[in-house]
Amino acid sequence: MNVCEIKHKLIGRGWGDVRMSFCLVCDDGTILLSGDKTHPEVMTESRVCLTREVKRPHYWHCLIRPGYLLLRVKVHLHSSFFCSKKNVGPSNALEDCHVCHLTTSHNITAINDACVCCAVLAVRIPHSTDQNVVSSSCVIDPKLRMRNTSKDRIDPSQLFDDTSAAPGVETAGFPGQGVGAMGYPGQTLLSDPMSNLAMAYGSSLASQGKDLVDKNLDRFLPISKLKYYFAVDTVYVGKKLGLLIFPYMHQNWEVSYQQDTPVAPRFDINAPDLYIPAMGFITYILVSGLALGTQNRFTPEILGMQASSALVWLIMEVLAVLLSLYLVTVNTDLTTIDLVAFSGYKYVGMIVGVVAGLLFGRTGYYLTLLWCCISIFIFMIRTLRLKLLSEAAAQGVLIHGARNQLRMYLTMSIAAAQPIFMYWLTYHLVG
Amino acid sequence: MAFTLYSLIQAVILCVNAVAVLHEERFLSKIGWGVDQSIGGFGDEPGIKVQLMNLVRSVRTVMRGTTEKSIPFINIKHRSACI
Repeated sequence: MNVCEIKHKLIGRGWGDVRMSFCLVCDDGTILLSGDKTHPEVMTESRVCLTREVKRPHYWHCLIRPGYLLLRVKVHLHSSFFCSKKNVGPSNALEDCHVCHLTTSHNITAINDACVCCAVLAVRIPHSTDQNVVSSSCVIDPKLRMRNTSKDRIDPSQLFDDTSAAPGVETAGFPGQGVGAMGYPGQTLLSDPMSNLAMAYGSSLASQGKDLVDKNLDRFLPISKLKYYFAVDTVYVGKKLGLLIFPYMHQNWEVSYQQDTPVAPRFDINAPDLYIPAMGFITYILVSGLALGTQNRFTPEILGMQASSALVWLIMEVLAVLLSLYLVTVNTDLTTIDLVAFSGYKYVGMIVGVVAGLLFGRTGYYLTLLWCCISIFIFMIRTLRLKLLSEAAAQGVLIHGARNQLRMYLTMSIAAAQPIFMYWLTYHLVG
Repeated sequence: MAFTLYSLIQAVILCVNAVAVLHEERFLSKIGWGVDQSIGGFGDEPGIKVQLMNLVRSVRTVMRGTTEKSIPFINIKHRSACI
């Protein structure tokens, strides 16, 4: 798999932790990129450093030191690929790959596609914080010219035959980053000093404006706090939806903390999030439009009315809960946004009920709504119990005292309000 | 029920206004909700009644300052007794 018309096939090896040294070795034993020039077989410190791109684990960033060439290779990696040794000595330089068990002495044309050891590395521009591994160059593409700004450059004929290479355009997703990042068509644009200046000025203006907007917006909407509530992923959403419909098997309802800050919802299924309530609200509006449409009662204004109606009920519910929390003087770490999240979880049950009503008629609606009401009731009680009641009472121990009783009543009434709202907001939709 | 956001804002303003017009001497003291009767013990924490009285008092204090400034800006449809 040669991208650059390199005659030899390449084997990639690495070791260490995430930042691994990398050695590119040809099948005849020629080490293309490795440590010391004079002792190429000694792998002390590679001139090439690989870091894995977090979002696309099959793509690796390859950083090289100035003066060294970089080959465009793509590495398919198995997790067991990298052994944990550092400083591989000369006797281990040609070690077995743990996955495909091939050494360089083998004929590597026999490598199958599933093996680790081959091919092309997508090159990226080094991160600006990596001061000591700033790359001076990037992709070698046979059609483009190679860029090299350092004095001690390797003689290209040592490494590969084709030397008429230039910075590659393969910077997908990282335009304009770092030195030497310029694509071939972009070189003429950015070499003009005036446009350089204009770009710099424009970008500084843009960042100033952005700072101003952020600062002012943060006064009204706590954006940074909101971001926590939207840090979800598909697995969390799936599990949470399942929990909302069927909360009976779940054992541990506690929110986990990490050094006093709650863990993001992505990592803890018990943490409240705002994604499901927001999506549920919007879906509820759409489903209600659908339901009214099947009864020939639909006009476009109804969507707006349903939306503002449901929103108003949500706000009133949150205000009522806040007021009652204040009156009962509960010391809790429930924030307003948490309450919005908990109140928004009922939309899931409402949607399921209305959809069942559309499919199966009134009976289906009532049965499904009953099921969802009970589920949401149990869910709210189990979640709020840990937050509102005192430690001991949350364990199930019966503590007498007016205060704890009040708290229990409060929890029950918040949980009981959910089914009432669920029925109130959906009964007129199912004909 | 077709609620709009505007009706919510109206309702909230009217309710807060209603709390604000409760007169301290003439009314609240008569029914035992005056602030001089709310200094409870320094025990656990105040009960509901004390909290409610504190809430009423703070709403009145806040609304006295706010409504005096913002009456021209709030366009209320009905006539109501505002302080």
